[in-house]
Formats: sequence, structure tokens, C-alpha cells
Amino acid sequence: MPNDMQTSGIADHRLSPPDYADNFSDLHAPLSDHEALVAADRCYFCHDAPCMDACPTTIDIPLFIRQISTGTADAAANTIFSQNILGGMCARVCPTETLCEEVCVRETAEGKPVLIGQLQRYATDGMMAKAHPFTRAADTGNKIAVVGAGPAGLACAHRLSMNGHAVTVFDARAKGGGLNEFGIAAYKSVGGFAQTEVEWLLSIGGIAVKYDSPLGNGLSIDNLKADYDAVFLGIGLGGVNALRAEGEDKDNVVDAVDFIEGLRQASDMGTVPVGRHVVVIGGGMTAVDAAVQSKLLGADEVTMVYRRGKERMSASEFEQELATSKGVRLIYNAAPMRVTGNGAAQAVEFAYTHDVNGKLENTGETFTIVADQVFKAIGQTLDGAPDGLALDGGKIKVNEVGQTSDPAIWAGGDCASGGDDLTVTAVAEGRDAAEAINNKLTAEG
Amino acid sequence: MADLTSNFIGIKSPNPFWLASAPPTDKEYNVRRAFEAGWGGVVWKTLGEEGPPIVNVNGPRYGGIYGGDRRLIGLNNLELITDRPLQQNLQEIKAVKRDYPDRAMIVSLMVPCEEDAWKTILPVVEETGADGIELNFGCPHGMAERGMGAAVGQVPEYIEMVTRWCKQYTRMPVIVKLTPNITDIRKPAEAAHRGGADAVSLINTINSITSVNLDTFAPEPTIDGWGAHGGYCGPAVKPIALNMVAEIARSAETANLPISGIGGVSNWRDAAEFMALGAGNVQVCTAAMTYGFKVVQEMISGLSQYMDERGITSTSEIVGRAVPNAKDWQDLNLNYIAKAKIDQDLCIACGRCFAACEDTSHQAITMSDDRVFEVQNDECVACNLCALVCPVENCISMEAQAAGTVDERTGKVIPEEYANWTTHPNNPTGAMCNVMPEDG
Repeated sequence: MPNDMQTSGIADHRLSPPDYADNFSDLHAPLSDHEALVAADRCYFCHDAPCMDACPTTIDIPLFIRQISTGTADAAANTIFSQNILGGMCARVCPTETLCEEVCVRETAEGKPVLIGQLQRYATDGMMAKAHPFTRAADTGNKIAVVGAGPAGLACAHRLSMNGHAVTVFDARAKGGGLNEFGIAAYKSVGGFAQTEVEWLLSIGGIAVKYDSPLGNGLSIDNLKADYDAVFLGIGLGGVNALRAEGEDKDNVVDAVDFIEGLRQASDMGTVPVGRHVVVIGGGMTAVDAAVQSKLLGADEVTMVYRRGKERMSASEFEQELATSKGVRLIYNAAPMRVTGNGAAQAVEFAYTHDVNGKLENTGETFTIVADQVFKAIGQTLDGAPDGLALDGGKIKVNEVGQTSDPAIWAGGDCASGGDDLTVTAVAEGRDAAEAINNKLTAEG
Repeated sequence: MADLTSNFIGIKSPNPFWLASAPPTDKEYNVRRAFEAGWGGVVWKTLGEEGPPIVNVNGPRYGGIYGGDRRLIGLNNLELITDRPLQQNLQEIKAVKRDYPDRAMIVSLMVPCEEDAWKTILPVVEETGADGIELNFGCPHGMAERGMGAAVGQVPEYIEMVTRWCKQYTRMPVIVKLTPNITDIRKPAEAAHRGGADAVSLINTINSITSVNLDTFAPEPTIDGWGAHGGYCGPAVKPIALNMVAEIARSAETANLPISGIGGVSNWRDAAEFMALGAGNVQVCTAAMTYGFKVVQEMISGLSQYMDERGITSTSEIVGRAVPNAKDWQDLNLNYIAKAKIDQDLCIACGRCFAACEDTSHQAITMSDDRVFEVQNDECVACNLCALVCPVENCISMEAQAAGTVDERTGKVIPEEYANWTTHPNNPTGAMCNVMPEDG
């Protein structure tokens, strides 16, 4: 008898192929030409626009929307890409509801912002299907090493190449894109977009990529410093926080990031096994992505438990609503006490929490949720950073242009201090570090 | 519900909303639908003289200009007068008038500038039972090239001559439709008046090219690669039409000449505005072409509500009420001082007022770091641009400053007295003895 949502334990093929296709299709379908014109028409072309300020990459949003409305979407794409070369992915994964669209004056006026993210996708998709809009400056003779082919590393490499420098990108994995490829929810980046974007970005030329090249394994920071004029680190957060709850080591208690990575790399969602009863512990985007996708894979019951209140959750209101709309149950103010089960997880015991003078304490009341699969999503940590670099709050300490305590090394993205751990922030930091490196090397002659 | 009954030069209709002579009134089928929808009258699409029917282009006949949300705000038309046989039109007019005796049925006419041509057509039109005729001296394209339409309307002597013929050969009231493609609308109106016209109607359409195709470099609408100017109408022309109506209404020579107002009337408010500036009724075309005949129902309910709210019992009470307030620039009170005022509760902080004032006007609006926009009275001249570019209705208003207070911009006390340019000291031809606005 084939599996279904009620099949006990962890199982694959809980749904039919059409269900998988439907569940993992685009979260927001691309705007048609007509929809784009209607959406663009709502933009007021604000002066010193709040949306632009709210964008970590400071894209000139009113300008690109006006360019769309006058039938020049490629010019709009240029406006976007000149600030954010990963504007295509950001259009898909940015939490616009807490960035540009949150401060849109039409959100203020009517509670309905201009669809900035979807318009950005409209412009960037059109351009990416045609060509790469930038060319390289004359070769400077400088060589720069970029470690990590995620959003920060790619943005840095691209801007360096535009400025005429020769870039070599090293990445630990067999593919580029970083979390764009291995993280984020599948329904936000359908059709292999992450790889398409990497190829398109690299088509500017001047960037060599060495995959399967992690730091440490024959690749040392000292060697890079000796062989290159500058080094940029965009290595992300390789470690995962522990639950610090009893029974954490039982079978089927896994890191959400590993589950998502496996799912993102699966060519057939039906082959991805998922529990009948899934519990996700955490309150961020990774937790939501794991919970929602468990449900989309056919889990019967998915519960996401966060130890603090709704207002403290780092996943946005939109993400929380997305989770509940897909059937995920959200429980706030509860912390895991122990995972029970004979060898493999069978249930998780939680204690309700409350805030006592700013400190989180258990109320003493407990409850138990049946779970044959438990995902830990309580944050990632820096792992494998080169020795000798100063840290700040567990991340590589950088100044406002991304320079580390070693003046020959820059860093950006999730591994670096400052900024939110967002794709768009990583792009901004990679781009700005590239400009700083360029300025330094140009000044040195 | 207010009584909207209209009596325009003796022609009665249940409301003052007529359909203008245009494509919507070319056939019995359309006109019956219009009357069923509630239109008070129609001016049947212009008839020409007996003979081979008019030929129209069969490429695009219209071009358009859009406002926000792809709203059609301007329409260009290069269709000619009716291209159907005269006898067929006459039979249909008769049939429709017979079935809708309470509605106004006006027949638009355009025949060559020869007395016989007019003498011939007038009796056959009269025989239909139509309530009146409208002389099409306005079509700006095609027919004008053949010495008719606007070619007549641009020569006051021809207007007077043809009007006189018509008054001579028919008992029907004669409305003369004027072209706006002239420099002074009062001249053709006076000519119509001299010729004995019962009324004028205006405006006909304005010479226009709506756009240029940048792939083929052809004006649009494009017929097989070429374009020709057509006639522009729709909401975009309303301000031009309002001014021309007012010019006639406030001119001593034509003050008592009834006017049928035409030009971008799209709703009850537009209609009431035309009537306030002197139009006895209005004619509508583009609004119907854009949204269908049903729009008249909003016009009827809207005008009715407006009249009820103000205790107005007859549409004639509205007619001309704004005419005494329509003046020349030199009559305007230079001692009147207003300042822009921003309602901070309504402001959505888009900053358009700031950009407009800072870049293109008087630097009279400041912007704080937290996006609060405030008017600086010491720079504001109350030009109104900020209010116009503001996307929120009533967020920015122009507040009159009380006489006796100091205008922060000039530092002078605002006088009680009215004083205009004719008495201003800076006017080289003005009287120098009256109150000087700038001197308090």
C-alpha cells in the first residue's frame, strides 16, 4: 500500500506527483505585462523615497518602477542591477513586508503597498533572459580571492570584476549560490533559478570559480594573502546552535538547515522523506521554511514552537501567516525540555515560558507533542573562521566598509558583524567591500 | 429627487443630458439603447446631402491618451459625418422620435455652403418630426478639406450666412455648433447670433495628433503608415471648453445667446460646471463611448442629489450662476493672500509636495529627517502646486489669510480693500491713486 499523509514514522511519497508540483510551485507567480503596468501605476514616485531607504542595497525603487510604467523594463533592470546584482533572487526572497513595502506610502495610506518585490522580479527576469548588462573595466592586474560563493561573495566578485580586477572564488561546495542554492524555501526559487543566476552573474567574465575548495583543506588564509592582493570572506554561518535539551541526540532530531539543503537538492520532492508528526523548534525564517516545506511534503501535523512571544519572532508576520495558511500550527512561549523516545524521537516535552524582568523562565506548566521528526532551527553560528581575526558578537568583526582586523582581509554576509542575516544585506556588504577593496588597490596604484 | 426637466430653446427633455452628434448617435439601434438608458436627448450624427454616401477610413478611426490606471482621458477621432444613406437616416430619426416623444431629437447637418443645398435638406429633416437642427460648423478633418465643417466655422461671415438661410427655410430651432480651432470663440458666436441662431453649442473637437509610433515613425491613429490630424475630445479638453463657454456667456454681445455645453462632460459634476458657466444643457460623447450609455444614470442621480442638497428645484437655477465670477486676470484681487496648509493627519509622507516646491517653485516646504513636511509661510505664494501634486484629497489646502494680519512673506499687513492690477503702482498704464496692494 502506497504511503500517504497518515503513514506512520518518516516516509517519502506521501503525496501524488501533481500535489508535489503544485505545492512547490512559485509562491508568487510572475507578473504579466498587464499586471506589471497596473502595479507600477500605483507608485507615487515619492521624493527621497522611504522604500529606497529601507532597501539594504538602496535600489532606486521609484525610478525603476517609473521605467517599467513607461515600457522600458530593461532600463528598470539596469537601475536594479547597478545597486544589487542579485536583484533577481532578492526579488524572490526579500522579506519586502519588513523592508521596502513596509514603508511604502501606499501601505501608510491604504494598507496595500506597491508590489515592489514582484515588480523587481518582472524587470530582472526580463533582462536576465536576454543578456548580462555590464562589462568589465580595463584589466587592473590585481588579483583578489573571494572565499564563499554565496550572495556576499558573488556580489563582491562581480563588483570587483566590473572594476577590472581578476577574481578567484573558492567555495566549499560543488555548486555556487550559497544559501540561495542550499537554503531558502524551494517555492521562492523555482526552476533552478539560483544556478541560473550564478551563471548569469559570472558571464561578466574575469571570475574563476573553484568549487569543492573549503578553507582549511589545503587552502589557507595565509596562502591566499600571499597569492592575492586582497581577500574577501563570505563564508556564512557553518555551525548550528544546540537545543540544550535532554534527548537531543536521538535519531530523527536533525538540523533544519540540513533538511532544507537535502530538499533543495532533490530533483523529485517525492523522494524526500518527512515525518507524519513534525515538530520544528525555532522562530526564524529557517524554522518557517522547514515547517512549511514539511507540510508541503505531506506531513500530517506540523507544529512550530517558539520560546518567546509572537512579537519577538524574527520571521515576519507574512511568513507566520504563510505558515498557518499551509496548515502549520504555531505555538508561542514554549521551550523544549526533552525529546523522548526509544532510540528515535517519539515526542517532545515543552514547558511554557514567560518573561520575568526580561529573563525567560518556565511557568512550570508542561505539555507534550508527538513527534517522529524534530527540526532544530534556533540559529546558526560562525564556524571555521580563520584564526587571528577579531570577532564581535560571535561574528567576524568588520568596519563600515567590511574590512576586518586584518587590513588585507574583508568580510561580508552572515559571517560578518553588523546587518541582518538576509540575502539582500549580504549583497550590499559584498558590493561595498568590493568598492573598498577597489579604492584601496587603486590608491596603492 | 429633484426635477431635472430641461427646456432648452423651447426643446423639452426629461434631463439636460444629451448625446452629442458623434458615432454613438449614428443609428436607430444605438439611439434607442441611449434612450432606454435614460438620455434626455440626442443630436443625431451629422447628415450630409443626398447622393453617394460619405466614405470613411477603415483603419483605426480613434486615438487615445491615458491617465493613471489606463483611464482614457483624451480621444481623437477622424471619422467623418454619417456614411449611411440620407433616406435611411431620416426614416430612422422619424421612427425613434415617434417612439420617444418626450426626448429631444436634434439633427446635425452639414451640406455645402450653397443656399440650395440647405434649402433642399431642411424640409426633409423637418418632416421627421425632429425638434431642432444643429449646424455642424466644427468638424476639423476631412469635411473641412471640402469646404464644410470647421472651414465654415472659421469664417464668421459664412456662419452668419448659413444660419440666416436655415432660419429662413425652417421653423425648427437652429443650434450652431462651433469649432474651437480659432483664436477668439466670441467672433463665430457673434456671427451665429447675427444670423439669428437660437443657440450655439460648443466645443466641437480640437485638431490633434494623439501620438507617434516610434517604430514606424507614423502619427497615430495610423492608417497604412500615415496619420492625419483628427478631432480631440474627452475629459482632457474640458478646461478649454469651459473657458470658451464662459467667454461667450460673459460677453455683452452674446450674453443672452443660449449655449449647449460640450467638451469632456463625464459626470454630473462636469455637467453642473458647464451649466454654471452659462450652458443651458450639456452634450456628452466620450464618456458614453468609454463606459457605455449607462453613465447617464450617475449623471441623473448626481445632479439630482446636488440640487436636493441645495434646495435647487430647477436646472435653470444653476445655469449661469458662475458667470458673474468669471473675470479677466486684471480684475483679480491682488490683496487676497492665501497660504498652503498641510493636514499632518492626512499626510502619507510621499514628499511630492516637497519635490514640486523645492525643485520647481518657491522653496516654501521643508522636510525633516523623519519626513514631516511643513509649509513656510514666509516663502509660500499659495501657487497651489503642492495641493495639486498631493495624492491625498484635501490633505493640502490653500487657507485665506485674514485682512489685518501680516503676510509673513512680504512683511506687510494684508489690506481689507480689494485692489487689482489696473490700480497697481507697477502697472505703467494704471491709475496711480488707489490703494497700493504691496504697501498695505
